Parts: sequence; structure tokens; C-alpha cells
Amino acid sequence: MDWHQLWQIISTPDNVPIVAILFLIPFYTWYGLRQALANDRLIAELEADPQKAKTHHRKTQPWKPGWEKEVHVWPYLMRMEFLVALIVTVILMVWSITLNAPLEEPANPNLTMNPAKAPWYFLGLQEMLVYFDPWIAGVVMPTLIIIGLMAIPYVDANPLGNGYYTFKQRRIAILSFGFGFIVLWISMIIIGTFIRGPGWMWFWPGQTWDHNRLVFEVNRDLHEALGLPITSMWAKSIFGGLVVGLFYLGAGYAVHKLMTINEFTRRILRRMSLVQYVTIQFFFITMLSLPAKMVLRLVFRIKYVWVTPWFNV
Amino acid sequence: MADENQPQAPKKGLGAVLEEAKEGARALKEKVQEEAAALKEPEKTQLFRSIFRVKHDDQPRNRSLSVLTNVFFHLHPAKINRDAVRYNYTWGMGGITFFLFLVLSFTGILLMFYYHPTKAQAFRDILYLEHDVPFGKLLRNMHRWGAHLMIITVWLHMFRVFLTGSYKRPREFNWCVGVLLLVLTLLLSFTGYLLPDDQLGFWAVTVGTNMARATPLLGHEGPLGAELGMTPFNDVRFALLGGSIVDSNALLRSYIWHCIAIPLVAFIFMVVHFWRVRKDGGISGPAPVMLETEMKDPRKGPRPVIMTPSGTPPRP
Repeated sequence: MDWHQLWQIISTPDNVPIVAILFLIPFYTWYGLRQALANDRLIAELEADPQKAKTHHRKTQPWKPGWEKEVHVWPYLMRMEFLVALIVTVILMVWSITLNAPLEEPANPNLTMNPAKAPWYFLGLQEMLVYFDPWIAGVVMPTLIIIGLMAIPYVDANPLGNGYYTFKQRRIAILSFGFGFIVLWISMIIIGTFIRGPGWMWFWPGQTWDHNRLVFEVNRDLHEALGLPITSMWAKSIFGGLVVGLFYLGAGYAVHKLMTINEFTRRILRRMSLVQYVTIQFFFITMLSLPAKMVLRLVFRIKYVWVTPWFNV
Repeated sequence: MADENQPQAPKKGLGAVLEEAKEGARALKEKVQEEAAALKEPEKTQLFRSIFRVKHDDQPRNRSLSVLTNVFFHLHPAKINRDAVRYNYTWGMGGITFFLFLVLSFTGILLMFYYHPTKAQAFRDILYLEHDVPFGKLLRNMHRWGAHLMIITVWLHMFRVFLTGSYKRPREFNWCVGVLLLVLTLLLSFTGYLLPDDQLGFWAVTVGTNMARATPLLGHEGPLGAELGMTPFNDVRFALLGGSIVDSNALLRSYIWHCIAIPLVAFIFMVVHFWRVRKDGGISGPAPVMLETEMKDPRKGPRPVIMTPSGTPPRP
């Protein structure tokens, strides 16, 4: 266990935000889910007692008859905003006084940094480069992430859970966003920060960054790994296309199973238009292709699934 | 000579002059006292009233007006959901993000006074800032850490909006504006990364822009790029860097993107974002919970386009 190496990574100034994220993301996930579960208990209570549902104010926050439902922005909101601005300023000041922004040697094109890392918020994309070619990891995937995020409000056919925390009423939505945001995006950033060392090689936390380390990884394409006697370019293209098509079918089937898992989700599905359904399928399958390729690459040492003369996947 | 023809005023005695002076002094004293007393109530002066047009006593009407008649405050409604004021619903992340944008604009403008976006001077300017400019180090640190913090708060803001389902009708469009603002925030931070012109920024930007080589159709290493005549000297990466390597043109371009173009675009999107928060009915909650049994089936056929007034989201 090389504590010094670990400390060096953690205390690199630009990694401080990631160390902060390690605490902030779990905290706010807990903070939101705690309120979601409290609301879920209230919902269960009201569903069991229709009479109570008619009279209850339907929030977990305290309320008494006669209380105003709205309060004046001045001073009740303004003082909060002022307080928060003050606290943020103090935090930022203390942080800036105690820790210096990084400054390395002057830029030198002849001296390559190893590892050369992107800014921490793009490390997820850089980590994706291990699994996909740059045109997918660097261009197509980011574009799809942006479009996919923007599509969310238009494909989510579930009208419940608008304006309050809930888990029970939005299980699939919350789990899939959590999967995309926390499991894929944040954890890939953490891998990129704490795991990837010189040569973008895998070093466990506490393992010494050995700049002379050699890893004889034999990365093969899928058809080679399976020992298939495929040599011609056309056969490779068709085989790869078939495998990717099968993946889409299989993953699509799994996503469909998920969307029809119980009566409630089936009800939501009936509200969906065909375009909404196809869009959801497309983005879910594309999202799932990342962990699929990660497993293929990290566990089975597969380089490409689909080899063609024009592009490789 | 003309004076002599005038009837002479009766000559005053010394006492009378003194009396007159005393009278004048008393009047002056009264005036001074009167004005001094008025200063105890500065809110009644013309100066004050010209700036603040509303009385600030504790009345519902004036509390509302003090928000509505102030250009900076009037982003807010006069009244707000009593539970939205608590920290636990919104986490304050959107507001903190905006506040950090202001902090970054402020520190950024100050940094611009000391910075030349040229290969010869950029790195020296940073050294100068760190070692000679009073509070220069603090300024740079605040700008750097503020930028990192802003990215975290933007993410957490998006996370909260998702968890509360606030992107749902009628706020779909504002979510999209928010996604674009997220992208702009990342781009702002990324373009700033190169500006110190050190190894860290240089290689991060090299790694980042190398991906642009692989853009399908538009990059010289991307699928079908070469077939469309893309070379390192005319593809999309060349356009981003103003050259085929990260050099002085890239420094200038990222400086202009960072200091002028993206902040301007981000500002416009922010205006739309905040405006839409109000027009879509304000903060989304905490709203009363809906029960599964109350979920109505959607109407069949095309929906009539009805503009609903702000604050009354249409029933789903």
C-alpha cells in the first residue's frame, strides 16, 4: 500500500473538487431520497385512507389550518439567499486562501505529460476512450448525452411526482437517471482520477504509479476471441453488424421487460406515443452499450465487436 | 450724487443691528435643527425617495412592492410557496450557481486587467499575478475554485430538478435551456483551462481537442472524414484551434471564447432560464403529492393549444 502515492493523487489541487464530490453526491442522494421516502410513506397512508386524502394538505411539511400558503419573498426568501451567498463566499474565500490553484511548468509541446488528463469533469469522456474509438467516445456519445438529457421531459409519460420528491411513483425514471449520472458519469470520473495512471493504465488506489510498467494485454476483436474463421472484410462487417443488432434486440427486450414490470409501469406505457417509446428504447440501449463494452473490454479483453473498413465499434 | 437726493434711512443703533443678527441666527438655528431632525428619518429625504420609491415599513403591500419595484429583486415573485423557502427542497443549487457566475465574472474581469493572451506573456502574467499583484494569488484561486464549484453546483442542481420531477409539464422547455447552460458551463471552464499556458492546460486541451479530429464527416481522422477531403489543415479541429497544433492562435481563441463569447451566450440563456422559471409558475414545489388513483388517462387526439396564465400549470 503506497500511501504516499494515494496522498499525492488526493492532494493534487485540481482533484480537490473530486474529493468533494465523493462526499457531496452521496450526501445529496441521501438527502433527496430521505425526503422521497417520507413522501412515499405519506402517499401510502393517503391511498389507504381516501377520507384522509380529501382533507390532508398532502405534504410532509407541517401545516395548520389558518396558515398562509404563501409567504412574502421579502424577507423570508431574501434572507435565505443572502445567507447562502454569504456562506458560499466564506467557503470560497477559505478554500482560496488555504489551497493554491495549480500551475505547472510553461506549456511545452515537446514534453508530454504522462498521464495527460483532461479536466476532471471530462474524465468520464476520456475514460470512455478506452472502450470506444474517439469518434464515438469523444463526439457521438457527448452529443447523445446532451440530446438524451433534453429529451427526458418529452419522453417521460409519467405525470406523477411533479414538484415533490418521490421514489415509489417514479422508480424507473429515478433508477435510470441514477444509473446514468452516478454509476456511469461520476464513477467514470472517479476511475479516471484515482485509478488511471501513466499510460492510462489501471492502478488500484494505493498502488505505486510505475512509469516503466508494461502490460502485455492481448486485445482481440470479438470474432478472433470466439475463434471464428472469419477473414474477409465483408464477413467481418456482417458478423459485427449482426452482433450489434443482436445486442440492440436483447437490450431492447430487457428495457421493454423493465417498462412492463408491473401494472403501474404498464399503465404509463399505455400513455406513451410510439415516438416516445422508440426514443426511450434508443437512449436506454445506447446507455447500456457503455457498461456492456466496459465488461467486454475489461473482463474479456475484447477490442472491437464490429470491424468494418470505415469504422470500428 | 444721486444718493444724496434719496431720503436717508434712519441710522440704526448698534443694539438694533445685534438684535437683527440674533434674529437671523435664531432662524438659521431653527432651520438647521429642523433639517438635522429630518436626517433622523433619511427615508423621507428627496434623495432617498428618488432611489427607493417605496416605504419600507412592515406592511404586506410594501413588502411586495420592495421586491417588485427593484430591478434586481423583481426576478422574484412577491410571494412564494411557504415550503419552498426551506433549504431542503431546492438545496439552493440554482441560486448558488448564479451567484458563482457573478463571482466568476467579477474575479474574471479583475484577472483580465493583468493578462495578455499571447504566448510570450500569458505564463509570465500568471507568475506576476501569483507573486507581485496584491491579492493576485487570492484572485486567481477564487476564480479557479469558483469555476470548479460552479460545475458541481450545476450538476447537483440538475440532480435535484430531476429528483423532484420539476422538468415535467409545464417546465419541459426550461429543462432544455438548463441542459444547454450545463454545456456552456463546462465549455467555459474548459476554455479557461488553457489560459495559464502551462503544461496542465496545454495537455488537457490537446487531449480534449484531439477528439475533434475524430468527428464523423468533419474531422480528418473520423469516419468518412478523409473521403470528404478533411485534412489536419481544414477540419473542425483546425477551426477550434486556429491551427493544426495548440499554439498562439488557440490561446487567443480560447481567451475570446472564455471571456466574451460564451459568457455572453450563457448570459442570454440565463435570462431565458430565469424568465421561464417565473412564467412556468415559479418554483415547482414542494407541491402536494398526487395519488396514483388520481392519474387521469390522457386525452385522445390532438390537444388544443391553450395558453394558461403563469402560476396555473395545466392538469396532467
